[in-house]
Amino acid sequence: MSNIHPYVGRANTRVDGPLKVSGLAKYSAEFGAEDLAYAAAVPSAVAKGRITALDVSAALAAPGVIEVLSHKNRIDFPEDDEPFKNDMVAVPGSPFRPFRDDKIHYAGQAIALVVADTHENARYAATLVKATYDVETPNVDVATSANYYDPPEKRDGIPPPPDPRGDAKGAFDRAPIKVESDYRVVAEHHNPMELQATTVIWEGDGRLLVHNKTQGVVNPKNYICSVFGLDEDKVRFFSPYVGGAFGMALRPHYDVFLAVMASLKLERSVRLVLTRAQMFTMGWRPDCLQTLSLGAETSGKLTSITHHAIQATSMFEDYQEPIVNWSGLLYDCDNVSLKYELGKVDTSTPSDMRAPGATTGVFALECAMDELSYAAGVDPIELRLLNYSDHDQNDDKPFSSKELKAAYEQGAERFGWSKRSFEPRSMKEGHELIGYGMATGCWEAMTMPHKARATLTADGKLEVACATADIGTGTYTILAQIGADALGVDIAEVTSKVGDTSLPMAPVEGGSWAAASAGSAVKLACEALKEELLKHARGLDNSPLANASLDLVTFSNGRIALKADLAKAVSVADVLKSAGVEKLDGEAGYAPDEEFTKKYAGYTHGACFVEVRVDEELGVIRLVRIVSAIAAGKILNPLTARSQILGGVVMGCGMALHEETKWDKTLGRVMNANLGEYHVPAHADIPEVDVIFVDEEDGSNPLGIKGLGEIGIVGAAAAVANAVFHATGKRVRELPITIDKLL
Amino acid sequence: MMNFSYTRAETIADAVAAVAGDPDARFIAGGTNLVDLMKYDVMKPGRLVDITRLPLREIEATDGGGLKIGALVPNSDLAYDQRIQRDYPLLSSAILAGASAQLRNAATTGGNLIQRTRCYYFYDVATPCNKREPGSGCSAKTGVNRIHAILGTSDACIATHPSDMCVALAALEAVVHVEGPDGQRTIAFADFHRLPGDEPQYDNTLAHGEMVTAVELPAPRFGQNHTYLKLRDRLSYAFALVSVAAAIEMDGDVIGETRVALGGVAHKPWRVPEAEALLKGKFATRELFGEVADRLLQGAKGFGDNDFKIELARRAVVRALTQAAAGAPQVQSNKIVN
Ligand SMILES: Cc1cc2nc3c(=O)[nH]c(=O)nc-3n(C[C@H](O)[C@H](O)[C@H](O)COP(=O)(O)OP(=O)(O)OC[C@H]3O[C@@H](n4cnc5c(N)ncnc54)[C@H](O)[C@@H]3O)c2cc1C
Ligand code: SF4
Repeated sequence: MSNIHPYVGRANTRVDGPLKVSGLAKYSAEFGAEDLAYAAAVPSAVAKGRITALDVSAALAAPGVIEVLSHKNRIDFPEDDEPFKNDMVAVPGSPFRPFRDDKIHYAGQAIALVVADTHENARYAATLVKATYDVETPNVDVATSANYYDPPEKRDGIPPPPDPRGDAKGAFDRAPIKVESDYRVVAEHHNPMELQATTVIWEGDGRLLVHNKTQGVVNPKNYICSVFGLDEDKVRFFSPYVGGAFGMALRPHYDVFLAVMASLKLERSVRLVLTRAQMFTMGWRPDCLQTLSLGAETSGKLTSITHHAIQATSMFEDYQEPIVNWSGLLYDCDNVSLKYELGKVDTSTPSDMRAPGATTGVFALECAMDELSYAAGVDPIELRLLNYSDHDQNDDKPFSSKELKAAYEQGAERFGWSKRSFEPRSMKEGHELIGYGMATGCWEAMTMPHKARATLTADGKLEVACATADIGTGTYTILAQIGADALGVDIAEVTSKVGDTSLPMAPVEGGSWAAASAGSAVKLACEALKEELLKHARGLDNSPLANASLDLVTFSNGRIALKADLAKAVSVADVLKSAGVEKLDGEAGYAPDEEFTKKYAGYTHGACFVEVRVDEELGVIRLVRIVSAIAAGKILNPLTARSQILGGVVMGCGMALHEETKWDKTLGRVMNANLGEYHVPAHADIPEVDVIFVDEEDGSNPLGIKGLGEIGIVGAAAAVANAVFHATGKRVRELPITIDKLL
Repeated sequence: MMNFSYTRAETIADAVAAVAGDPDARFIAGGTNLVDLMKYDVMKPGRLVDITRLPLREIEATDGGGLKIGALVPNSDLAYDQRIQRDYPLLSSAILAGASAQLRNAATTGGNLIQRTRCYYFYDVATPCNKREPGSGCSAKTGVNRIHAILGTSDACIATHPSDMCVALAALEAVVHVEGPDGQRTIAFADFHRLPGDEPQYDNTLAHGEMVTAVELPAPRFGQNHTYLKLRDRLSYAFALVSVAAAIEMDGDVIGETRVALGGVAHKPWRVPEAEALLKGKFATRELFGEVADRLLQGAKGFGDNDFKIELARRAVVRALTQAAAGAPQVQSNKIVN
């Protein structure tokens, strides 16, 4: 039996897969209660101005309507910003508060909430709420924002650009080879399958059980308790499953705020599910204008990098991303000048969206590197090797590990990069021009403090628990793998629990830190549990393990045995029985090793290779092959890991070719706020994606892992754009690359 | 969505009477367009008359050697019907270029003809739109208009008809059979859809209460010399930016009758008989195809985002005619444009 171990490092299908495909996994909109009322949010028709009159009489008179809430009859909440900043992901500024007053900040802003006896009645009555407005002219385009500014207050956890080093301007002026270009990454909106939703169960006695689509239950709980002044002991958030989030469910959104408000006001259970169109009124990857200037010696060796980015944010908050920092980090260069500014637009506040900052910034950098490769006449991979950096020059420290060279090498080999002819437009078959493009990806390898608990029962079942979230990434599965290995039990005997504020504390699940952090915490909790078990085992009468320490014993098949003599063993069941308990717990906390992070810079890396074919006359683009080679430490589960990279690459392809939020510039409204017209890749758009994980040893956490949720997307769009250039000789610097841009 | 009443019609006459007698009533077939529009509050019928049980699911041979397609034949059944695949492959190809397998299973022949525009503003009740609310204005003209028309537009409306199937039906010169309170009539396909003019609220020439009962195809005549070329913003599951249905009668190397219809460019499938006539009795050359394209696109006008469609349509016409003349129709399952 012991040959089933270790689970870690091997492909294991998702432990929650059967529940998901059979519909038994319950999402936030699927919980109910007898007294459940259904809410619908009424969107503002205008993008900027004030509500001058709100007529809810028709809505109130509609069948089944219980209440219509708005700024006029809402329950009290604090006037100051602070309680609303009890949000781990809050950004500088004044957080948005639904129904605060009559002001409209963006199109689609919730102006009223209809609560009714059925979902259908609520939706219908919502169409009867009539508002009149004093309308101001909105600006939704960062290119026409009133001014650009360096955000005075920096966003927590987001490093501002490092100070300039050397003399970027002088070196650029002197450089024999120069590349200078403007790029634009347009606005994208999150569109996970699961709509943003909250079900609040009114449990009486002031107790609330809240099911809310979130990337970390602790965060919205803190926020809700803080803004409504609720007793933390009486509020529980329970959201075991999340149907995709990618960053959009990091901050508490207006669904949870309004659903809780309605529940408190009506003293009953309330559910609010937003519409697909309302998914475009929150959480988006902001529009970003970038200028990249590279100076190089004739060999292609970089002598100067200047990267300037202007990114959109809302009128009321300074959302920030690390866009330009990557340009000071990815390649060796002594003269670097980086600048990051914001421009305000009349929209909701942007939010993190898969590899926020890197996705946008590395796109521009990697396209510019491609441009440099042609300017210098050097193969794109050669160019990157020539400028390879072993040292994080932004923070002046070595990388904890960086097997990017291996990723270039293995990716190029698998892809057949050597068959590429250097000149653009030099490869063709039939009507189609063929292009090979590549780009580098980079993302932070972070961890965060997490707590976890491991519980063993006499029947040999293990439960591992942590309040983190599984947003579809496979957290349930890897935690079970780690637990199964630690205690030497079959994975079928292990249950993972996440998404519940009654479990040991975890922050939001984001930044690709959950696997490493929650995984490490579970591993440590299991160690604590083993210690506890062994303590009891040692105390058994005539215990064969009487003097054994943890390093001398092994746990397998429900037994604790001496490594030196496996016959000397006790069963876990006996240990629990003699201890007189039904179960034993181990609890532990993981925290990042600060000594280590002080000494080393932790990043994941990738190299993405793409072949495109472009119809020369018609501009039809087909992706035909993609290889993504990733260096991200130890791989816990190649199956779930591959899925993460696939998802990232597909999203990168969508960014390159399809995704674009289209605002009407006069009305300030998103015009393609549905999945028919907001295009993400269809199956026909995505070819076989070959994922390679290169070996990489990393010492930053007990598991040696780095996280994979985001690295797959970084560089993917640039690889596509570079392939399109190689095919056609047309450099498209504004995404998405659509047919009209190639005519 | 507002409350509505629902009745299921047992006979064509009942269905027609039910809708004709109630200005708020609508037929519902597959529901793939109407239900969406109701959810968006764009269409608010007080009564739905379900016609899906009516005996209009057959594809029958006609005396003239053609086929008569019942209005309720699902798009997928039609596309995969052996007679259609053999004798009208252009039609099959156009249907398969559209929507998704799930939608094609639900969508009906009649519904496909009468589906409404995909103009973003038409769908958003918070915006002015003359088609949805006559007299309110056209937001698209100066707004987001990537998917809008370049031909036959009016001051009042620049929307397109979104169907792929109809582009093929226009090229095949199908005839629409209609039954109304005053009896039956037939409408030539070219006269079925209309240009927006001053009354963009009317997509077609049906009167309220008139029901499409069948679409008739004349005897087949183009063999393998046809193609349906659809260009769009992703390789499947997107409406056409520009599409071309082309069919050519080849007499050896010499061209006989030609039909070219454009989709995605106007309020109706766009045909110009004089353009088609340019090819008659000639050898197929790129130059000649270019002249046809120029003639088809005469007067084309962009509105900003959609300016590119003029050049794209020109190139698409040339390619489609090349494919059709060579007897090498575009394959819909393979996204390589041949
Ligand atoms: C996401 C999406 C993508 C799509 N992509 C494409 C595409 O790429 N290409 C394409 O061509 N189409 C596409 N479609 C449109 C699809 O083809 C139409 O929705 C479908 O053909 C409509 O048929 P139905 O039977 O469902 O019509 P319904 O929705 O039932 O009815 C549509 C209209 O026709 C009327 N009607 C129906 N039958 C009759 C009749 N017999 N007589 C008189 N009036 C009638 C109804 O009253 C209603 O006004 C797409 C649709 C969706 C939702
Ligand atoms: S183009 Fe036609 S459908 Fe679109 S907004 Fe203008 S009037 Fe309405």
